[in-house]
Amino acid sequence: MKMVTAIIQTHKLDEVREALNSIGVNGMTVTEAKGYGRTKGHTEIYRGAEYQINYIPKFKIDLVVDDSIADNVIETITKTANTGKIGDGKIFVWDIETAIRIRTGEKDQQAL
Amino acid sequence: MFDSGDTAWILTSTALVLLMTMPGLALFYAGLVRSRNILSVLMHCSAICCVSSVLWFALGYSLAFTEGGAYIGSLSNIFLLDMARDAATGTIPESVFFSFQMTFAVITPALIVGAYVERIKFGAVLLFSSLWLLLVYVPVCHWVWGGGWLADMGVMDFAGGIVVHVTAGISALVIAIVLGNRSKFPDQISPPHAPWMVMVGAAMLWIGWFGFNAGSALSAGSDAGMAMLVTHLSAATASLVWLTIEWIRFGKPSLIGLVTGTIAGLATVTPASGFIGPIGGLICGLVGGGVCYYCVDLIKVRFNIDDSLDVFAVHGVGGATGTLLIAFLALESMSGVGLEEGVSSISQLKTQIIGIGSVLVWSIAVTLAIIYITRRLVGLRVESEDELEGLDYKAHGETGYNL
Repeated sequence: MKMVTAIIQTHKLDEVREALNSIGVNGMTVTEAKGYGRTKGHTEIYRGAEYQINYIPKFKIDLVVDDSIADNVIETITKTANTGKIGDGKIFVWDIETAIRIRTGEKDQQAL
Repeated sequence: MFDSGDTAWILTSTALVLLMTMPGLALFYAGLVRSRNILSVLMHCSAICCVSSVLWFALGYSLAFTEGGAYIGSLSNIFLLDMARDAATGTIPESVFFSFQMTFAVITPALIVGAYVERIKFGAVLLFSSLWLLLVYVPVCHWVWGGGWLADMGVMDFAGGIVVHVTAGISALVIAIVLGNRSKFPDQISPPHAPWMVMVGAAMLWIGWFGFNAGSALSAGSDAGMAMLVTHLSAATASLVWLTIEWIRFGKPSLIGLVTGTIAGLATVTPASGFIGPIGGLICGLVGGGVCYYCVDLIKVRFNIDDSLDVFAVHGVGGATGTLLIAFLALESMSGVGLEEGVSSISQLKTQIIGIGSVLVWSIAVTLAIIYITRRLVGLRVESEDELEGLDYKAHGETGYNL
């Protein structure tokens, strides 16, 4: 099993969810996140005073999938979350040892 | 002896002016601070409302509005002991006049909140506001509206350009300087946490201001009607002025900019609202919007003074600007009510300058003294650790947003 963590633009969330749905991914965890990378934030102006906004709002999505579809998931997110502009986000992938469904106690693949 | 129409309108105006503080000003200010201080700002406005009301009843009203000397009224009507149930002020019950004036005594010290947000001790807010109401607002109110020496001199201030906005504005600047800037001001400070809330508050202020200005006619006739008209015109015009300047300067017109322009226009037209005509209202908006915009920049950016929510630049400068404009806009040739017989614009302007100048000097001196007393008795500023963590939890044990 792989865990895929993607930081994406906020307006891309629905598109990514639909695309993942269509390749058989049936669940994810979404977190409102803030951060910066190469964009280095932006400036907002209130009453003439400039404020440096260092952390830009993003969505972080976490999903755990079977090894067999991990590459497809990554490719799907990369494609749908892409606008071609700086600030599109990043994807991180790592191995998952165990997964357990709390209600039934099912493990690993059955729990996904 | 009472005019029911007049009485009904002033009853309504009283509610409108209270709405300006509760919750208009409170929300206007609360949206401008960071999320960890929202409750403290709402608390400041609410507590000042309560304290000022009781003090106005106990002492303030009597000292401001009974005949006394040129500088202060008498103690003959403290706790309203001298007011009969059916006493009259003009064509309305005195109880209504008292309450209407009380809402002014509520909002004026609350305006100063904008200067010291996010770093002041709550006890200091209460003590400072109480002393300030009795020692700055009440005497000036007597000078201008209670038959005092500025009234005798012919100073024109219809609804409080001097009495409300100049007193609060300059005192705000003084306490901002003495208290010092918020930590990390100006570079590292976070922007307003809820601009939408600022707009909601400003809208309530705008509506409430109809009671403030048109209510100050103390009658429900043409004076009130024209005051309401020019008030609205000035607010709308100043909003557009602010919007235009920002659009040209920064490429984007902002909501906070527009509503700040609204308040600048309202403060500017306040002293003039009962004396001028429609074109005068338009001019108040044009001038007030431009001058206040410039002053916000001047105080915050150039002078680096953390009058956090721009009380001086918007209220003080706006109120003073309108007070000066009266000398020209009140002329009959401008569709105004006209100046006193034999008084020219220039001589009226001199009178207005003396009015503003003397109130500035009094406000600065007394505010400094009050700050000194407050610092000795309760202290002014919270610990820097508390400032960083926010006053909501540190001072009040509550949190604005439990998500």
